[in-house]
Amino acid sequence: MAGTGTAHLRDRDDALLRVEDLVVEFHAAGGKRVHAVSGISLDLLEGETLGLVGESGCGKSTTGRAIMQLPPPTSGSVSFEGEELTALHGDDLRRIRPRMQMIFQDPISSLNPRRKVGDIVSEGLDIWEIGDKASRREKVDAMLGTVGLDPEAARGRRPHEFSGGQCQRISIARAVITEPKLIICDEPVSALDVSVQAQILNLLEDMKAEYQLTLVFIAHDLAVVKNISDRVAVMYLGKFCEVGPPDQLYARPMHPYTAALLAAIPVPDPDVQADNADVLGGEIPSPTDPPSGCRFRTRCPRAQERCAEEEPMLRELAPGQFVACHFPLEAGEEIEFRTTAA
Amino acid sequence: MTGTTIPGTTAPAASDTIVDTPPERADAPLLEVDDVSTWFASDRGRVRAVDGVSFTLERGKTLGIVGESGSGKTVLSRSIMGLLPKRGVARQGSIKFEGTEIGNLGPRAMRRYWGSHMAMVFQDPMTSLNPVMKIGKQITESIHTHLDVTRDFANELAVSLLSSVRVPDPERRMDEYPHQLSGGLRQRVCIAVALAAGPQLLLADEPTTALDVTVQAQVLDLLEAQQRERFMALVLVTHDLGVVAGRTDDVVVMYAGQIVEEAPTATLFENMKMPYTEALLRSIPKLGQPSHTRLAAIPGRPPDLVSPPSGCRFAERCAYVQDRCREEQPPLLPADTPDHRFRCWFPVGTPEGRAALERNRAANVPTALALDGEA
Amino acid sequence: MPTREQPDALRDFVDEAAGHGMPVDAGTIEIAAVETGPEIKARRKGLGVGGWLALAWMAFVVLGAILAPYIGLDDPKESITAIARKGPLSDYGSAPGHLLGGDFNGRDMLARLLWGGRVTLVVSTAAVLLGFVLGGALGLLGGYFRGRTDTVVSMVLDVFLSIPAVILALALVTILRTQPGEGGQPGLDPELALILALGIVSIPVLGRITRASTLSWSEREFVLAAKAQGAKHRRILFREVLPNVLPAMYSIALLGIAVAIVAEGTLSILGASVEPDTPTWGNMIAVGRQYINRAPHIVFEPALMIFFTVLALNMLGDVVRSRFDVREGGL
Repeated sequence: MAGTGTAHLRDRDDALLRVEDLVVEFHAAGGKRVHAVSGISLDLLEGETLGLVGESGCGKSTTGRAIMQLPPPTSGSVSFEGEELTALHGDDLRRIRPRMQMIFQDPISSLNPRRKVGDIVSEGLDIWEIGDKASRREKVDAMLGTVGLDPEAARGRRPHEFSGGQCQRISIARAVITEPKLIICDEPVSALDVSVQAQILNLLEDMKAEYQLTLVFIAHDLAVVKNISDRVAVMYLGKFCEVGPPDQLYARPMHPYTAALLAAIPVPDPDVQADNADVLGGEIPSPTDPPSGCRFRTRCPRAQERCAEEEPMLRELAPGQFVACHFPLEAGEEIEFRTTAA
Repeated sequence: MTGTTIPGTTAPAASDTIVDTPPERADAPLLEVDDVSTWFASDRGRVRAVDGVSFTLERGKTLGIVGESGSGKTVLSRSIMGLLPKRGVARQGSIKFEGTEIGNLGPRAMRRYWGSHMAMVFQDPMTSLNPVMKIGKQITESIHTHLDVTRDFANELAVSLLSSVRVPDPERRMDEYPHQLSGGLRQRVCIAVALAAGPQLLLADEPTTALDVTVQAQVLDLLEAQQRERFMALVLVTHDLGVVAGRTDDVVVMYAGQIVEEAPTATLFENMKMPYTEALLRSIPKLGQPSHTRLAAIPGRPPDLVSPPSGCRFAERCAYVQDRCREEQPPLLPADTPDHRFRCWFPVGTPEGRAALERNRAANVPTALALDGEA
Repeated sequence: MPTREQPDALRDFVDEAAGHGMPVDAGTIEIAAVETGPEIKARRKGLGVGGWLALAWMAFVVLGAILAPYIGLDDPKESITAIARKGPLSDYGSAPGHLLGGDFNGRDMLARLLWGGRVTLVVSTAAVLLGFVLGGALGLLGGYFRGRTDTVVSMVLDVFLSIPAVILALALVTILRTQPGEGGQPGLDPELALILALGIVSIPVLGRITRASTLSWSEREFVLAAKAQGAKHRRILFREVLPNVLPAMYSIALLGIAVAIVAEGTLSILGASVEPDTPTWGNMIAVGRQYINRAPHIVFEPALMIFFTVLALNMLGDVVRSRFDVREGGL
């Protein structure tokens, strides 16, 4: 399976975001290099939501931050509204920031505990001196109301006086107030309670509609990703396995890893037997020393010699669905996984 | 597993000095929790984190405790284990383990039970293990505390425990430190430590929440296998209804410190009566739903436990709410299905419930609209 | 003594129910002894008995120092033979009204203590202020920018830290100040030299604390969010990072003042402080040592002043730390 491969990119001049061959590597202790992201390409049309899903260590969060140039990737191209971001530095790069925002996973950690909520939300406007004090205050109040908080009550308080869900709403307000085109959501609901997750997901959908946003939604929860995305990309150890429309992809996964993920999800239905589920065994290899060829081959029950020698490229195997695998699943094929460690 | 035996399931081979095991009465359930309440002092007043909880658990069975933050599920599990802070906490009610009252015991007395009779696995394996102690030592420490055995025997036992929790290459792992292991492996080690002295009851407090989904499945399978082998009772505390659905015999749903519904698992999902349970299930995105399905989010937040509302605690957020709900708190009432109790005046799937929902829909009550996904 | 520290996991699950942090400590199980909300509230928001006493003491010392010239004390440099080496409460005969006795030259102890407080406090506070600003700046820069900046900053701080503080201070004072006597090298006033010396010595500690605190706060996502919004580094440093780092710095600074007071005493004994004619608590001890058998009060009175002041500062440092420990609500 490979991220190298651009077959899934749509050749559109008006793509809002186009990422090609993104590589993020950094140094770890002992002189090793961590290959966090190894050659990802993706594109995003205006108004789309791309879901980036995978388990921990797959590089999805790193991808999000690399797109934001926080910090810039090791190599690769990130083109936003036609501008090549990796070529921008200093003030040029800062200039485009209001158009590209981010929401983080930990609602508490993403807000400065010493600042008042009103100031936090107003930060984007303050930095760029948009409007005068009065108009900024109005905008902040309006935004707080839109995300479901009472401006009078919220404005003067500090983050620790709010719950996790409310903090996340404040984060959303902060991100949207500068009217960005693109928002990278890095696991925005993972740290929230179940019933609050639904509130925030609905809120994101509403905000997206009202402010014509384009989202990259990074998460490890497949059901959440399916619910909010127009297109889903499955990542493993720094590369893409499979890209496609969610309904289709989930109904008929073609990559063994996608199938493994889907099989592992506990379904809230007692008739679905969980204890006999075939479960993907083994551990994820270290990103400092990824397997050759297809990175998933060490845990894949279908791996052959070819998988070690040749890295699979993304190919379109169904309309709109791209798979990077030498031996993808056929329609309706069930896959059995080893249940003991590799 | 190697040839060594595991205490608690068969007669121990190498030692004849074991921790005193209280006589097992065949008729008494393993764990009996009766009207347990736990209060904390906070700077806003007394918080009743657990309010009048009762249930029983037999050996070999799995109980799921489902709830969100503030539901009291974690406090409940720690109350059972006796792992609460000393000052500023008050407890009431009875907790009986194998017929003996343990609810009023202090830590010194509870130490007889911890490890050898009841054990706990926590959410974050990284902070549950001592980062500066080798894995092997952490397991054998647990063994030596409860069993009078030689060092070699303890080491062998530790290795066999590691392989029984499916840690690959167990001999090598004995000499490794926690940070050298992945999250899933660490959690297995925690389970091994917990099971080292062969407890009859294992409490797992969100054991897989911090883990990836494929690892989660592995660890849950492991817990289940261990439970079967050792004929243990297992309490699974979680917020994930999916986890509960596949792996528990009975479920208890907690909200704002109270049990709001309890039933055998299959019954709960097929015949749920409590609107909270229904709303919770409706608000989760499901794999089977098409993309962009509007989620039926439960509006509002859990109530303030310092001064909880006088009526039903879920009333503010309930789609079926009526005046009676705000005035009178419903007690736990039995349902038509066996072993099923719930706490609601206008339950789901009953004529009164349906009528209440219709009335609310017609009056455009926001919570009712939210249930239909229109909020 | 009840501790406010508790492991995070415990605190989290208590918060889950309580919605707020609360002090919990190890004690016997008392099912009946659950404190009510208002009691805890008072204990937490207030300074506590110790805190109030500390504040009172510091107020007394500071006010005494400020008002010394105006409250009709005896001249601290004037000798009154009658009270020389007479301890407190002894019979003075011809010169009544000297509460704390006289020193070896007959100078009034009370006056000298209060005047001495001026120099001691000014010197130690100014020194720590110097360290606060310079050390703080270094620590902020190193902790925020990391990389090469941090390597340089750490090296500077480590070098300073590895020189024994007393020796460094001694050397600096000697170099910087005007040598006493004729034909000595010109330089700074002894007080200024002391301030500079003690200030420089206190840079590394404040620097390290600031750096450690900055390192951890800079990793927080709200800093990343500020960068994502296009804030310049200066804005982020002053608006996002510094306000969170200041509490740690404050509490160390208060402790630092205490240390500086003691250090001044040490330097006095080594002969590197101000002229003994001008009193400081430190040099009063230094010169009074030889009379410790005959007139112990000469040494013990300033020693007690130092002791209580240091104790008070430590307590206030603790209070500052816990007051500013903003509880971040759990989910």
